Amino acid sequence: MSLRARLSVRREGFGLDIALTAEPGEVVALLGPNGAGKTTTLRALAGLLRLDDGHITLDGVRLDPLAPEQRRIGVVFQDYLLFPHLSALDNVAFGPRCRHVPKAEARRTAQEWLTRVGLADHVRKKPRQLSGGQAQRVALARALATEPRMLLLDEPLAALDARTRLDTRAQLRGHLAAFPGATILVTHDPLDALMLADRLVIIEDGRVVQTGDAATITAQPRTDYVARLVGLNLYRGRAEGATVTLPDGFALVTAGDEQGEVFVAFPPSAVALFATRPDGSPRNSWPATVTTVSRHGDALRIELTGPLPVAADVTPAAAVHLGLEPGREVWATVKATEVRAYRA
Amino acid sequence: MFLTLPLAGLLIRAPWSTLPERLTEPGILAALRLSLLTASLATVVCLILGVPLAWVLARLHFPGRRLVRALVTVPLVLPPVVGGVALLLVFGRRGLIGGWLDQTFGVSLPFTTAGVVVAEAFVAMPFLVIAVEGALRGSDARYEEAAATLGASRWTAFRRVTLPLIAPGVAAGAVLCWARALGEFGATITFAGNFPGRTQTMPLAVYLALEQDLDAAIVLSLVLLAVSVGILAALRDKWVAA
Repeated sequence: MSLRARLSVRREGFGLDIALTAEPGEVVALLGPNGAGKTTTLRALAGLLRLDDGHITLDGVRLDPLAPEQRRIGVVFQDYLLFPHLSALDNVAFGPRCRHVPKAEARRTAQEWLTRVGLADHVRKKPRQLSGGQAQRVALARALATEPRMLLLDEPLAALDARTRLDTRAQLRGHLAAFPGATILVTHDPLDALMLADRLVIIEDGRVVQTGDAATITAQPRTDYVARLVGLNLYRGRAEGATVTLPDGFALVTAGDEQGEVFVAFPPSAVALFATRPDGSPRNSWPATVTTVSRHGDALRIELTGPLPVAADVTPAAAVHLGLEPGREVWATVKATEVRAYRA
Repeated sequence: MFLTLPLAGLLIRAPWSTLPERLTEPGILAALRLSLLTASLATVVCLILGVPLAWVLARLHFPGRRLVRALVTVPLVLPPVVGGVALLLVFGRRGLIGGWLDQTFGVSLPFTTAGVVVAEAFVAMPFLVIAVEGALRGSDARYEEAAATLGASRWTAFRRVTLPLIAPGVAAGAVLCWARALGEFGATITFAGNFPGRTQTMPLAVYLALEQDLDAAIVLSLVLLAVSVGILAALRDKWVAA
């Protein structure tokens, strides 16, 4: 049940125009900043939003002329939208009942699905009596009980607290692996995307900006958003051998050997800061001014301006030693061996 | 004070000594039964016509929606007598639809019990539509979307998801609608006339009694008051407050 879609939706001040494919059993994560068009994409696939142009083909069948109730696409909504007046069991049985399955059989199916997601003891409970993690699993069971041809998940873990999130993510991973059709997962959390998806599609401003598996995307980001997401400093320039010249004339020495338009990336941890101009090995060094200092795991993340705006991670001890605070002028260096260049 | 003083006046002036025998007069019972019956039927008619109308107004976007919404509230501001005249012009024997009904089915609405129901429904409908539309606007339309992705047609989604969710609003609207129908006077007397046992509801009986026997009018008013307050209080506790 492979998905082939080109979705074009035009709204005032916003346009979505993306091509999307997914193979049976594949989990594709749509990742992007708020307002990028992720949810719009899901709504268009589910039929809740009319396409202005394009097509949706699932397993060779055109879906875009069909109403949502005819598409057989399971959707798990961001806030689950469990029907508040129905028990967990009746919520899950709702889909089969709509397909004219007899009541007893629909309830048996629902019971099976709730058992499968580990909620056999909660079938009689109303949604308001369920915890966030339980509600999420009921929503998943409800979507899967219709035997959908494709599964759409909109921020399935966003409403959960950190601890529940960890457990639920692991369980979700198992259920997605067992689902035979294609799954499209919308998230703004890179960790969800990396843990759950086989392939990532990055959307910004209604366009696909990058697509690939987790390793490729984390190693070679192509936009500032993705670079920030995976925690890399990213620039674009012209390469001539190992030297890359950025648009404002700044030259970086890299470990690569490329010609023409390239991206240059290096992690903040590769940036070292000094009080005075260092002499010796680093090939790249420039004067910089601290703009912000914030916590980042065990380290401090220092944002700097100068000829090359850059983020640097330093230890708290080093920060104290250097007296790093907004306005402080320092020298930043990065070794050529830490700087990767790849074709734009 | 302003709301309760007239009621107190009614209680003070009531002919308490002769109350028992006056209450058992056959005319009162007949009028009371007719009032309860027609008000209930009118409420059913309003539910059948008004709930789908409210859904259309709350959920669909179509040109002229504001006009339709304004038209729905017309019976609220229209003097009920004018409403009765308008109904006569449409459903009267020589009216736009009435003539056709009379010729095709031999059905004539004016001056019948069915006519009372039509008149009451006409006047009371806005109360139901406004209450239900409000409840629909307050309810999350995305539940209907969720139902659609599970394979529910619009009708199934409405019946099994939306309606249960807005049930309190529908009940409140139905109670208001019923209360308005029970007290209906102007449109009823114009369109259905004042025939005891057939179209003479309690308000009509009160009006008629007022011209002959003030005490009888007071007794009728008290009965209407007691019944409506009693039923409304019971329904309110059961549904509206829930």
